[in-house]
Parts: sequence; C-alpha cells; structure tokens
Amino acid sequence: MTKWLEENTPKLVLAPSFIAVLVFVYGFIGWTAWVSLTRSRLMPRYEIEGLIQYDRLFASPRWDTALNNLFIFGALFIVIAMVLGLVLAILLDQNIRTEGALRTIYLYPMALSMIVTGTAWKWILNPGLGIEKTVQGWGFETFEFDWLVDPDMAIYTIVLAAIWQSSGFVMALFLAGLRSVDGEIIKAAQVDGIPTWRVYTAIILPSMAPIFLSAFIVLSHLAIKSFDLVIALTGGGPGYATDLPATYMYAMAFSRGDIGQAASSAMVMMMVVFAIVVPYLYSELRTRDD
Amino acid sequence: MTDAALATRSERRTGKVILRWILYLLLGLFALFYLMPLFVMVTTSLKSLEEIRTGDLIALPREITFDAWATAWSGACTGVQCEGMRPYFWNSVLIAVPGVAISTLLGALNGFVVAQWRFRGANIIFSLMLFGCFIPFQVVLLPMARMLGLMGVAGTIPGLIFVHVIYGLGFTTLFFRNYYVSIPSELTKAAKVDGAGFFRIFWSIFLPLSLPIIVVTVIWQFTQIWNDFLFGVSFSQAGTQPVTVALNNIVNSTTGVKEYNVDMAAAIIAALPTLLVYVVAGKYFIRGLTAGSVKG
Repeated sequence: MTKWLEENTPKLVLAPSFIAVLVFVYGFIGWTAWVSLTRSRLMPRYEIEGLIQYDRLFASPRWDTALNNLFIFGALFIVIAMVLGLVLAILLDQNIRTEGALRTIYLYPMALSMIVTGTAWKWILNPGLGIEKTVQGWGFETFEFDWLVDPDMAIYTIVLAAIWQSSGFVMALFLAGLRSVDGEIIKAAQVDGIPTWRVYTAIILPSMAPIFLSAFIVLSHLAIKSFDLVIALTGGGPGYATDLPATYMYAMAFSRGDIGQAASSAMVMMMVVFAIVVPYLYSELRTRDD
Repeated sequence: MTDAALATRSERRTGKVILRWILYLLLGLFALFYLMPLFVMVTTSLKSLEEIRTGDLIALPREITFDAWATAWSGACTGVQCEGMRPYFWNSVLIAVPGVAISTLLGALNGFVVAQWRFRGANIIFSLMLFGCFIPFQVVLLPMARMLGLMGVAGTIPGLIFVHVIYGLGFTTLFFRNYYVSIPSELTKAAKVDGAGFFRIFWSIFLPLSLPIIVVTVIWQFTQIWNDFLFGVSFSQAGTQPVTVALNNIVNSTTGVKEYNVDMAAAIIAALPTLLVYVVAGKYFIRGLTAGSVKG
C-alpha cells in the first residue's frame, strides 16, 4: 500500500488540477455548446433543437455590429500596436542613455486594469471638458473631438485606449527579440559598411519572425476577449455602436436573460480564438518535443 | 588630411548629432503620450470641481485639495451604497491574497510533476491544461454561475477565489513547468536513490531553487486577479464586489453631479497596488508578461 502510494504520488498530486480542468474548462465548454443548441431563455433547457440560436445570432443586427466592430477594432489594434511597439523597440535599441526610464514609462499602462484605462480615457475624451475643451481654450474655437459620443467614431476611441494600454508590451517583446539577435552578425555587417536600416530590414527583423507571431497571437487574443475596456469607456454605446462579441454575450447572459443567445455567441468567440491559437500551440508543442 | 575631407567629416558628425536629437525628441514625445493619462488622472484628482469646470484638462491644479481622495476612499456612491472604495479595496485584497497563494502553490506542484516525474500521459495532461489558458472566459461564465450556485458559494468571496484559482492553474503550471524543465532530472533521480519521497524532494530541493519563478508567478497572478473585471462583475453581489467593479459603478453611477475628481481618485486607488508592484519589481513583471506569451 505505501509502495503504491509512493509510486503514484505524482499522479495523485496532479489529479485534482487535471480533474478541475476537465470539468471547469472542457466540461463547461461542452455545457455551453449543448445549451447553444437549445431554446434556453431565462433558464437553461436541455432539449436539442439544432442551430436555431446561431440562426438568430447571425440574423441579429446587434451581433452584426458586434462582429463588424471586432474586425475594425481587432485589425487596427493589432496592426497599430505592433507597428508602434516595433518602432519604439528599434528607437530604444540605439544606445539610449535613459533607456531604463523610458521603458518603464512605455510599459506601465500594462500594469493597469482595463477598467482604470477606460475610466482615464473616458475623462480625457469627454467632449465637454476633455481634449476638445482644452484645444478650444488654446484658441482653436472650432476644434471638435467628440468621437466618444459619435456612433460612427466611438469604436476608434476603444482602439486608441487599447493601443495605449498594450503597445508597451509589444515593445518589450520586440526589444527582447532585438537583443537576442546574434551580435557577431550585426558587427560583421557594420564592418562591411552596410547601413543600419539595411541591417534591420535584411538581418534583424527576418530573424524575429517567431516574435511577430507571438505578438500577433497575444494581441488577437486580447482583442477577441476585450470586454472591460468597452464597459468602462463607452458602455457599448452610444446605442450599441461599440458592442463587441464579449459585451453582446454578457448582455444576453446577464441583462437580457437570453441564455441560448449568450451561449451561441460565446461559442462563436471560442471558435475564432481557437482558429488562431490552436495551430500556434500545436506547432509550439511539437517543436518542443523534438 | 585635406581640408575637404575634414569638412565632410564634420558634416557627417553634425548629421549624426541632428539624428540623435530627432531620436530623443521622438522618444520624448512618445513618453508624453504614455504619461499623459496618468498626469491627467493625478492632477484632476487634486482639483476642485469648480476648477475642473473652468480650467483645462492639462493645467496643473491652482489649489491642491485632497477632498476628492477622501470621498473616493470612504464616501463615493456605488449605486445606493456610499462607502467609497474602501470596502471593495479590502474585498480585492481578500480575493487576491488567497487566490495568488493557492494557485501558485498548485502551479508549483503541478509544474514539478509535469517536468520531473514524466509518466505516460503527462504531456497530454499538460497540453490540455495549456489550452485552457486560451479559452475566452465567456464560454464558461454561464455554467460557472450555476456551479457556484450548486456549491453554495455564489456571490461570495470564497466563490471568486475558487474561480480565480481554477482559471489561473494553466498559467501557473506553465511557469513552473518551464522553470523546472531546465533543472537536470538527475537531481530528482539521485534524491530518489537516497530514499527521499516526492514531497521531500519538492520541499527540500526544488522549492528552495524556485524563488525567481515564484516571484514571477506571484506578480502575474496578483496582476491578473487584482485587475479582473469579468469574473468580479459576473460572480459577485453588492457586498463582495472587487475594486474594479466598484470603480466602474462609481464612475457610471448616474445620481447627482458628476464628480470627475472623485472618479480619477478612485481610479488611482484601484490602480495603486499593481502600479506599486510594477515600480518595485518591474523586471519580474516583464518576465511574467513575456513568459506568459512567448513561453520559455
């Protein structure tokens, strides 16, 4: 008995976590998938009815807006955050005397909660008192900056705040990547008189491809899950102009009492995430084992 | 050297100096962009409402007053209740401290098993746990709400701790696994030959080696739990809400005059613990961020 116990201790230690993950991750995904195929409203029902919830979902103009917003927000956020992060990393890589301090400044937003970020930007973008009023006070009296309350522009305020929050993180990733490139090759190139920008475009950046991929995965994952920032910054409004799938799901689950819709929208979110993350993780884990 | 050559050389040098200036100017402008919201938050929180209405966003306060801070801490209203951020701040502490401790300890044990006691299926179990890190939590919100109800901890602080521990396990296991993988397995084998058991090896050999990764994991988990909003807003009720939910309620409460200075003070209060961690242990914070995304 003690011998058995001794041999199986590692398995017994891992077992509770493994069971928890099976139930609370995979079991719960199964539950949500099941409910998304039923007519559940306020309370879950378990008679499978087919894809009615998905039909309703894709016929809903609000979901349409949410998906459109996800594409606008996701594309702009990912591209701009990556470009900005890369530019900052390259600038910081030029033997800057105050590098430590600047790095700290660029990265601190990442320590803040999205709710804090949203609250701060909501105040700055407030059309009555924020940037608009300040610039008008400088003498540009016709200056207008009311994106926050403009249904067509409000989604871009979310892009702005999200970039402010996350671009420092991309900078840190790229900076680590730049520093890990073999210094000998760079020195050799410099001795040959190759200009700095050529060294970057021809040698350094191509060798950083895996980091580009990681940054892309993390940012797209952040974009799809974005919830807090929208809640704090615009509350999904004006109307539902800044709804994202995550806020749509939350509204259906907790204020509309439409569990079937909530479940089907959550499943669509999960499929989008998995379409991006699964191939990535698969390749990562495979190369690890080799 | 001819005069012409000297001239081009000094020209090149001025060119370099100008480039350098442009570089520092750009970096400075970016620094202003990142600092501006913090600056605005701090100055606004120190102004009176009157000054906010008449002055502009980026002006320094003419008269510094801490009234807004006092209100934000103990008097601001979240809906009907007017107790400020204080009770919610302590809720967050009560959630974060056990949540971080339990998930870190479990992560260390799990990581130790996966990295050092490879048995058949260990890799599959680890992969399954890893995938769990990447699900959008929306997909578990509904069943979790029911499960917490069945367990009798719906709307309670232990309930929220439970949720954070469960969904933190993937990352904490990943951190420790990647750390322990680099420790030669001969160490474990030798200790086994000497008659040491599983817990003995973990406790006396591996845990003392783990300080750096413990720091990274604790910072990562603390930031995650402290800054969480989705679980907090979904699974808490009036008395058990964490600080992020309280902040959102204060800012979006519609009763009475909008007190922007109180909003900003409340936002800083909500942000202070993680900012402090970042300032004190920034190196480990960054390591956690990058380890959580690039893995290893």
